[in-house]
Amino acid sequence: MSAILQILFDALSLGSLYALGALGIALIFGVMRLVNFAHGDVIAFSIFALLWPSTDAVAVIFAGNLPWFLLVPFVLVMGAGLSVLAEITVFRRFRKASPATMMIASFALGFVIRYFLLMLFSSRPKSISLLPALSQPVEILGARIPLLQVITIAVTVAILFGLTSFLKRTRFGLEMRAAAENFTMARVLGVRANRVIMGAFALSGALAAAIGLILGSQTGTADIQMGANVMLMAFIATVIGGLGSLPGAVIAGFLLGAASVVMQVTLPIDARPFRDAFVYGAVILVLIFRPQGLLAARGTKERV
Amino acid sequence: MRRLGADGVTVAFDGLTALSEVNLAVAPGRITGLIGPNGAGKTTLVNVLTGFQAPTGGAVTLDGTALTGLKPHEIRRKGIARTFQGGRLFRDLPVIDNLEVTGVGLGQSRRAAIAEAEAMLDWVGIAALADRIAGTLPYTDERRVAIGRALMGRPGYILLDEPAAGMSAAEAADLAALVRRIALEMGCGVLLIEHNVGLVLELCDHIVVLDSGAVIETGDPAAIRASEKVRHAYMGTAAEAQMPEGVA
Repeated sequence: MSAILQILFDALSLGSLYALGALGIALIFGVMRLVNFAHGDVIAFSIFALLWPSTDAVAVIFAGNLPWFLLVPFVLVMGAGLSVLAEITVFRRFRKASPATMMIASFALGFVIRYFLLMLFSSRPKSISLLPALSQPVEILGARIPLLQVITIAVTVAILFGLTSFLKRTRFGLEMRAAAENFTMARVLGVRANRVIMGAFALSGALAAAIGLILGSQTGTADIQMGANVMLMAFIATVIGGLGSLPGAVIAGFLLGAASVVMQVTLPIDARPFRDAFVYGAVILVLIFRPQGLLAARGTKERV
Repeated sequence: MRRLGADGVTVAFDGLTALSEVNLAVAPGRITGLIGPNGAGKTTLVNVLTGFQAPTGGAVTLDGTALTGLKPHEIRRKGIARTFQGGRLFRDLPVIDNLEVTGVGLGQSRRAAIAEAEAMLDWVGIAALADRIAGTLPYTDERRVAIGRALMGRPGYILLDEPAAGMSAAEAADLAALVRRIALEMGCGVLLIEHNVGLVLELCDHIVVLDSGAVIETGDPAAIRASEKVRHAYMGTAAEAQMPEGVA
């Protein structure tokens, strides 16, 4: 029983990370058909923003010692800020470019961010102690679950509900949903395109920063590559979910998390090192049967 | 005089002339028809009137003021609305949100937009569809939502681009009643672009016939029906089939 509970929490917390990442990618894809491959580097950047530049193995803390109620907003603002800056300085100039061109621009931007961090901090992972109180385990029905996992899941659920009601109930959310479905038409009707896109970038950046906080607390290290794996899985989740579909991205994120954890436990010992190969195999299977994704967004497919 | 006009509008690209010196006026409270064979330039003219296409010559004027250089949403804010062929709704959004986002785009507060959207759905007669996802509606309801969306903010003029395409006779009759109410009750100037010539002859006070980018005839329904040039444009005697007898 407690073993199953442990697996469940592992699956949900890993799935939460992928879901948050997929949501950040899907939000931007929705409003401008851009797959933002710099997303993973925004994750890393928002954590490194807590440190003074140095190439030492032990991090020199800048804002990392703030109490949590200041630290969390600080990191979120860093993520959102970088993301908005990326839109203003880079992506705005590619507004009319093809999706492939924008994607390559996002790769380039990702490299710029990564090498900027590399220059200031070196490629050596740094140990940081971020929100150390969260590494305590809690007992739930006899299982010892890390508090961080519980909080990760709770925060993700809260973010999902918050974002849903934001999109449903606010004027900005309404404009964003319209723009995500048919950007040209929304613009023709007077929806403020630049504000909507900037808002999407800000939200996406804040989501990336939230992932950074979770990863940083989980691993106790800041690494310029720390966002890469989540970014890859999150991208796959948006594809499986149906590019542009927010619920699809979230569901697929949780499915991927669950698949990874379940395979980790159930695969024969000798096959476990190849877990990711099995996960990607499952992804290929899904795409063979539903090439448009689980929940295809209408705006991205041709009308029949 | 209050009018929306195309004054000597010419659109030429790469040596191809889509419209040449077209004059047309839409007056408040009146229904003006725009007909012509396929490729005559009807939709191009609508695109010019609503800022989607810049004319290479001539101008679009509203009450005598040229609207040169205005973007589509700016023209919409001046009270010139349009529908599109095929509706082009936000298909994943509920019907009510389709109207609401239009109100918000026009600069209304969200509360005002909701209130007007509800009133508008009621006025068009589709209040029951408010919460349906737009993409799941049948064709004819979709058109009515598109018209309701275009009427948000009470525009002075509305341009309907083939609203009856694909409709049965009964559905077209319902549509005709709605178009009449738009002109009479809202005092809105209507430009009706239609393939269904019978519908245009029935509804319009004044009709403009376009062929190969030029106006070949204007006049009231009787004059259009009697016109030899119009008959010719609609391919000789085959026109008889498209222009039924006995339409008032």
